[in-house]
Amino acid sequence: MPKLTVDGIEVEVEAGATVLQACEEAGKEIPRFCYHERLSIAGNCRMCLVEMERAPKPVASCAMPAADGMVIKTDSDLVKKARNGVMEFLLINHPLDCPICDQGGECDLQDQAMAYGFDSSRYAEKKRAVKDKELGPIVKTIMTRCIHCTRCVRFSEEVAGVGTMGAVYRGEDTEVGPYIEASINSELSGNLVDLCPVGALTSKPYAFTARPWELKKTDSVDVMDAVGSNIRIDARTGEVLRVLPRTNEDINEEWISDKTRYAIDGLKRQRLDRPYVRKDGKLQPASWDEAFAAIKAKVAGLDGKKIAALAGDTVDCESMTALKDLMGKLGSANLDCRQDGSKIGGPRASYIFNSTIAGIDEADACLIVGANVRAEAPIINSRLRKRWRSTAGDFKVGIIGEKWDPTYKNDYLGAGPDTLQEILDGKNDFAKVLKAAEKPMIIVGMGALNREDGDAVLAATRAIAEKYGMVAGEWNGFNVLHTAASRVGGLDLGFVPGEGGLATNDILDGAAKGDIEVVYLLGADEVDMSKLEKAFVIYQGAMGDAGAQAADVILPGAAYTEKNGTYVNTEGRAQQGWRAIFPVGDAREDWAIVRALSGALDLTLPYNNIDAVRERMVELSPTFASLNVPTKAEWTDFGKAGDMKSDGFTSPVRNFYMTDPISRASVTMAKCTEAFVKDAAAEKVA
Amino acid sequence: MSFIDRTARSFLLAELVSGMALTLKYMFKPKVTINYPYEKGPLSPRFRGEHALRRYPNGEERCIACKLCEAICPAQAITIEVEPRDDGSRRTTRYDIDMTKCIYCGFCEEACPVDAIVEGPNFEFATENREELFYDKDKLLANGERWEAELAARLEADAPYR
Repeated sequence: MPKLTVDGIEVEVEAGATVLQACEEAGKEIPRFCYHERLSIAGNCRMCLVEMERAPKPVASCAMPAADGMVIKTDSDLVKKARNGVMEFLLINHPLDCPICDQGGECDLQDQAMAYGFDSSRYAEKKRAVKDKELGPIVKTIMTRCIHCTRCVRFSEEVAGVGTMGAVYRGEDTEVGPYIEASINSELSGNLVDLCPVGALTSKPYAFTARPWELKKTDSVDVMDAVGSNIRIDARTGEVLRVLPRTNEDINEEWISDKTRYAIDGLKRQRLDRPYVRKDGKLQPASWDEAFAAIKAKVAGLDGKKIAALAGDTVDCESMTALKDLMGKLGSANLDCRQDGSKIGGPRASYIFNSTIAGIDEADACLIVGANVRAEAPIINSRLRKRWRSTAGDFKVGIIGEKWDPTYKNDYLGAGPDTLQEILDGKNDFAKVLKAAEKPMIIVGMGALNREDGDAVLAATRAIAEKYGMVAGEWNGFNVLHTAASRVGGLDLGFVPGEGGLATNDILDGAAKGDIEVVYLLGADEVDMSKLEKAFVIYQGAMGDAGAQAADVILPGAAYTEKNGTYVNTEGRAQQGWRAIFPVGDAREDWAIVRALSGALDLTLPYNNIDAVRERMVELSPTFASLNVPTKAEWTDFGKAGDMKSDGFTSPVRNFYMTDPISRASVTMAKCTEAFVKDAAAEKVA
Repeated sequence: MSFIDRTARSFLLAELVSGMALTLKYMFKPKVTINYPYEKGPLSPRFRGEHALRRYPNGEERCIACKLCEAICPAQAITIEVEPRDDGSRRTTRYDIDMTKCIYCGFCEEACPVDAIVEGPNFEFATENREELFYDKDKLLANGERWEAELAARLEADAPYR
């Protein structure tokens, strides 16, 4: 633990820390461009120069390890002169085009030039110009603005693991960009835009849209996957303009996936902005009263057993609570939040990511079963990659299921349950790795659990977890990776078939046969709508997707940016997001719609505001009593041992960029699909 | 005595005579009034009148949609919307000034990095209804074309002091 003095303040820092970190510890601000906490140290911008006693020249504090007895000065004349000089050099080739630059107003170079630079330029010679690079549909480049900090190079190499970016040529001719003309094929490429300290890499979909000072910023939670990334929604005049990550060390650090960031333009298309009622085979615009009356005419007096409800992948817990209670009042036990027909449920430990996402940083071996983590949860994949890098390759990863490129070294073990059985029997080489590991973990994806033999697969994975010491003391390495943001919340709330109730597939079959007469779809679009033709379908949701087409009554709900909502991520962590803008048109917050409908059906639910709904949620599950912390689940018996079919696991996510109604309506996601998804490109050619 | 003096002056119309004398004196001095609207007073090159959006001599509009005028406007009279133009350049799709809100402070002109939005010499833009005072981009560009000669001359005259 070296002790050093910064501007007369004594600080003690951890061994291996840099002088820059010591200065921050002492509360001194050090300007920097190339240094970034989550990337390796490059030390090439020279902006962080400080004066060190007994050193002949100023030192780059980001690259200098802190040592005992160092005396650092951060505000001496020498330091000021050095910073001034560095800033002048940086600005020599930087175009002064701030007025047309999208980074203007949130630019590190702009801010630091104000704080540490001269007020005028002495440079009258010609500036250099660099040809722009083509990086695909997400990142726009204006490479003349680049100051060669190489943050983007290090990010793509280290975090994204695609290594397409690099710096070519030397000296004044240095150019940063892809070595070969290629888009950045990564699910995390949007983070390059945040990382770039100048306006060289900016967001293509957001180009010229707004200035940072015009935006209203709202903290929220992402619903595009089950990771629950913390996001900030920037909106202006009732329109969501962009989504940025919010730092949460336990979940997304400071990255978010491209779908999280750019699918929001789908919220401007195909929206349901008013109630509709099907008359003479056609959906006709209606008022709320007419819509409720149509539902009442159908539902009143109907046996509860003939009514069913399905919750979709992006709904909030409040509306699921309200709908569950309404179904209870209607006397129906037919409700399910598992659109894919999977059988997960039961003890809590059997359906959450027990080790937590941050727990990956402790694990030393990982078996991935039936999950394409890179497509299903890119943020978790980047954590796995981070762990693999920090252990210098000692973190062993075995993959069972489809072949996919995780961006780190892995052992591909096999396609399906047979391999799983081999591991369980200890016949596979990877079994030795798991045995030798101190904190092994298993990630079971929906591809393994949404099959008919899901229960048997679950039992097999549980047996593997037990056999290889994945559950020992405080450590629980049994992890289920969900793909739907609402799934864990739904399971915690008990939005599953009650006693004698039917699950998703039975509901669909029942509806096809005519046993189920009314189906309430709460944002559920992924089920087979052809089976619902006979039934009276009520669709509540924000997007005009498959569910709305099949509906007899449409109740327009709010998208996740338009309501206060609670979401439980795959770790079982309940998080609340805030409303950024108001719902479009006549749409309302979803729990309020269910509450209003209950009034119209004379089955009034006992809550009048969102706080009362949340109290009810706490009654249903202790998950909601402690927000933002994952509650540990007790390790109990689950799964039913049985025969597993031999066909391989397939991930439910076929196209990362389009998994839900919002991303399917998004133009940016469509462009990404065209650029990055091979099948889609091939389909277009055919 | 003062009573007699005052009465005598009244009867001899002394005040009237001195008043008429003053009037007569001004008849031979130069006029200070002008025959508005046929004649107009001089304006400083810094006079802040009606707004205009200027173009470059090659016809390209100057405004690059940096939104600095919108940001600085203390009356929040300016509204701008931006989209990339077909050639990829940054241009406004909407540039509105609510002239009923504007307080003619000239900050927009000060903030503009490309001398696009200017307050010209025109102060005679009274209208019959409010709606006509909600200026849009076309109106502002038309103003710019109409006044360009004078606007350029004013900017040049004021340049040494900026």
